[in-house]
Amino acid sequence: MNSSRLFSGSFSLRELHPATIVTVVFLIAYPSFASNFFILQIGAYSLILGTIALSLMMLAGYGGMVSLAQLTVAGLAAYLMAILGDNSMGVMGLGWPWWLTVIVSVLGAALFSTFIGAVSVRTEGIYTIMITLAVAVAFFYFVRQNYVLFNGFTGFAGVEPPTLFGVYWRDPVPFYYLTLTVAAGFFFAVYYCARSTFGLGLQAIRDNPRRMRALGFNITLHRIVAYFFAGVIAGFAGVLLVWFNGRVSPGTIGVDVAIDILVIAVVGGMRHPIGPFIGAIAFVLLENFAIDLIDRERFNMVIGTAFLLVVLFSPDGLLGLWNRFRDRFRFRGNALLGAERVNKDDPASTGSLEKS
Amino acid sequence: MRSFVERHTFWAIVILLAAVLFLWMIFAVWPEWLIDTLGRKKTFVNTLLNGVTLGGLYFLVASGFTLIFGLMRNVNLAHGSMYLLGAYIGYEVADRTGSWFFGLAIAFIAVAISGILLQYLVFRRMAGDDLRQTLVTIGISIIAADAMLAIWTGTTYQFSPPDWLFGAADLPIISVIRSSGDAVYIKYPIYRLAVLLVAVAVGVALWVFLNRTRIGMMIRAGVNDRDMLAASGVNVQMVFVLVFAIGAGLAGFAGVIGGTALSVAPGEDIRYLLASLVVVIVGGLGSITGAAIGALIIGLAEQFGLAYFPTYGVVLTFLIMVVVLAVRPQGLMGGR
Amino acid sequence: MAKIRHLMAAAIALSFTGTAVASAEDIKMGALATLEGAFTVLGEDGMRGVKLALEEFDYTAGGKKIKLITGSSDASPDSAVRAVRKLVEQDGVQIVVGPLSGSEGLAVKDYAKTQPDVTFLNGSSAAQDTTLRSPAENFFRFNTEGAQWMAGLGEYAYNEKGYRSVAVLAEDYSFPYTQVFGFLEPFCRLGGKSPIDARFWVPIGNKDYSSVIAALPDDVDAIYVALGGADAVNFLTQYEQSGGDLPLIGGSITVDQSVLGSKGKARSFVVGTPSAGPVSDTWDDPRWKEFVAAYKAAFPDGFPSPSLFAHAYYINTKAALLALNEVNGDLSDGQKKYREALSNLSFETPTGMVSVDERRNAIADIFLTEVIEGPDGNLLNKTIKVIPQVNQTLGVSYEKFLEYGQVGRENPSCS
Repeated sequence: MNSSRLFSGSFSLRELHPATIVTVVFLIAYPSFASNFFILQIGAYSLILGTIALSLMMLAGYGGMVSLAQLTVAGLAAYLMAILGDNSMGVMGLGWPWWLTVIVSVLGAALFSTFIGAVSVRTEGIYTIMITLAVAVAFFYFVRQNYVLFNGFTGFAGVEPPTLFGVYWRDPVPFYYLTLTVAAGFFFAVYYCARSTFGLGLQAIRDNPRRMRALGFNITLHRIVAYFFAGVIAGFAGVLLVWFNGRVSPGTIGVDVAIDILVIAVVGGMRHPIGPFIGAIAFVLLENFAIDLIDRERFNMVIGTAFLLVVLFSPDGLLGLWNRFRDRFRFRGNALLGAERVNKDDPASTGSLEKS
Repeated sequence: MRSFVERHTFWAIVILLAAVLFLWMIFAVWPEWLIDTLGRKKTFVNTLLNGVTLGGLYFLVASGFTLIFGLMRNVNLAHGSMYLLGAYIGYEVADRTGSWFFGLAIAFIAVAISGILLQYLVFRRMAGDDLRQTLVTIGISIIAADAMLAIWTGTTYQFSPPDWLFGAADLPIISVIRSSGDAVYIKYPIYRLAVLLVAVAVGVALWVFLNRTRIGMMIRAGVNDRDMLAASGVNVQMVFVLVFAIGAGLAGFAGVIGGTALSVAPGEDIRYLLASLVVVIVGGLGSITGAAIGALIIGLAEQFGLAYFPTYGVVLTFLIMVVVLAVRPQGLMGGR
Repeated sequence: MAKIRHLMAAAIALSFTGTAVASAEDIKMGALATLEGAFTVLGEDGMRGVKLALEEFDYTAGGKKIKLITGSSDASPDSAVRAVRKLVEQDGVQIVVGPLSGSEGLAVKDYAKTQPDVTFLNGSSAAQDTTLRSPAENFFRFNTEGAQWMAGLGEYAYNEKGYRSVAVLAEDYSFPYTQVFGFLEPFCRLGGKSPIDARFWVPIGNKDYSSVIAALPDDVDAIYVALGGADAVNFLTQYEQSGGDLPLIGGSITVDQSVLGSKGKARSFVVGTPSAGPVSDTWDDPRWKEFVAAYKAAFPDGFPSPSLFAHAYYINTKAALLALNEVNGDLSDGQKKYREALSNLSFETPTGMVSVDERRNAIADIFLTEVIEGPDGNLLNKTIKVIPQVNQTLGVSYEKFLEYGQVGRENPSCS
């Protein structure tokens, strides 16, 4: 496996690349020089979207299961926060203490994700994308129609994080660090998970399910467990999302947004957990500043074209583009190496799907 | 048939009884107690017909989808965009020439050509890479939706079908008998009956094409084993292009048929894509018969949901899908 | 390995961090509308309203230049808040006009509470609770909302048309709830009936009404229909196709010019359908005619006649500018003076006098219309009556109005 170093290579503190240190320092120091708008709407929001896309990247990149329902899972967590905790709509809002609400919301989301996984993994791989899309739409319709529990079309507003240790966690700087902590935590969790027995098993199942089954692996269980972990990630991101927006409504979890998450993950790159975050930053910057540069009307055209170009020419996203560029630069005499890497035989490329 | 009766006598009787009850419910004048439980007969019969005709429309869209998947393992998520494109092109042509049928024909041809281009320029280059093909179709559908919005704006378009297709006809089904003794017959839009007829005709034509012609034989062979077909000297690429043309063309054709029954507006692409998805998931990917059965079930579920419990009607179809998946993951008619 | 690109991301982020600095003399005004997705056409017309008002003032108010910055949402409340947050926190606008739709309005109102130094004026959003329950101190709405738009229609249906029981067919979300409430409240108070099981709430975006039409009861006098745009066009066609023969009563956007004028079959059976709303296309008042003429001159590629979105955005922008003139562009002290001026503002619009109540919601005239067949066979809305100065509580006291409860599928119960 040529590119295994990317996600499962040896790693130790001494080998830290200077760029990593710069990035870490930058991310930590970011609020000291950025405006509130940049801290919150660009920084924190990118991290939240990136975390949702990370849960998709984990499933798709390591498990070969492209789920369009990860936003739905995050959305359920967001809704549970509003239903179990407090909201200003006068519907539900059971007023549970915040820590209990968070735990139950994330668990609920993880169970929902497990359910989606259980329904979709029994079928052939290509089914996954269809079934998860259908689940996403069904959930969207359901919350829009249900007023008793989900307050229908209007949804919930006034969902706020608690004030803890004298800090109001919705203020830009504390909220940024909160999202950074969660995002970084899951980033490393996924990063290490890829090298764990479980992660390696998952990748092996992606590449050759038949052989893994012959080796005695319970591949269905393996995949469902992956869905559970992805659900935990998406659930936490959903909690952050509802705290960020202060509200949640069917529009939050619409199909177009679910597709956006896929776009983010694919454009960023699905071979390394940093990919979704790069994709999210690019997406958020574009979403906010496209109106100043080009006509906002054709925003979807820009997004769609970027997505299409990436899928057509660089299956590994921006990440792959960079890797290829650097490889060509480094091994000028042996450019074949770089080209081989995106070959479809490369099991790590997003394109490879189990072949049964 | 006979062997089925012999083997499952009990179920055969149950099915027969259900069919008789069903026919009685359609043709008999309802007694009071039935009206009390189910509401008026007019509602029931109309909803039933609506469900069947909507199923016909869904079949038109989903048959192309399932055909393409069956042969090429390509989940074409741009299928909804092809439906909408066909509707818009058909409208433009029909509006300029004044001939609805001409619009229908051009929509079929134009979208078939777009399908050929898609297969020839894009999918051929990534054969065997199913997931990437699917992702490409998502990209195409995003761009296509925005391009169509730019060209045709958000306005709603409505076709003007020929006059003899417009209006309602009396069906030979008695709704109620008035106290004066006059029978009130059930009225039903003629166009909707035409949709059903077209769907049945297309279904039969597809069946004949696939089962009774040489090319159809090749396609079926390709569905079963693509490599073997190529090895036996058939130009598989040509077969692929042909199937893609038919599948896409059917979507464009359905665009005009469906656009006339309802209307054409942005967002219809996703609606019909989802309908096709659910239909083929329920029916079984790659099976034309499955698409027909799935379309019928989903059409009926949607209409009965809308008429009898509108609040959660939309969720009902998805519920059916999940149940089918749980019981029979490959779909009702899926072989794999 | 994957580290240098962090730098790239960092560099990209850095290059955008500088906040734009405004010239001290200019006043920055943000306009938020739906400029992407299926409602783009409506959002664009809203923007035309903003520009029309600004051009009328030559982009100057209170002695200062007005700089317009646009923001776009996709009609979801989340995107509206993100767009307005960018306008306020990044672009530094002092006045915001927008958004377009009801749920966006509620979200922006909530956001307004966190930005006490900025003044928000509504665009065309018409949800009741934006100003009725827990309003924001700095959110003004100079256009009327969904329930107000129905003023006079219930009485008209009961007294003039003689309807005693109606079925209801409406989309299943807050705006139609508000319209149904506004229609049924007076209708039922007079003695009309509309049983709960004769109300049909269809999901928004539903295109196939045939089964709902089949389920509509025969034993009512009329059907009140609150559908908009494509949904309304679909319903009317299918209703005609299935041979429906009950008279209709329309919501504000059910039988408006965009529906009546849409391409396709003639819908002569809607002749005689009464409706009510904030504008009337064919009102032969000079103020309205002048407005239409100005709109047509400025935007030859716009609609044949300004939509209610252009109208609402125009009125709100105009209010913002008039108040700026009044305080001579003084936005100091958290815009205290400016808001006082807005609260006391009372001005002439193309549709009559407009002022705001103590919760900063408009009091304005409402038009009762009826569909007629025009001279050349086309369908028009004829103005029957102008209901003067309708307030948000429909004539009763605030406390009494709150007792009616929140709008919903079963409010009023009416049986």
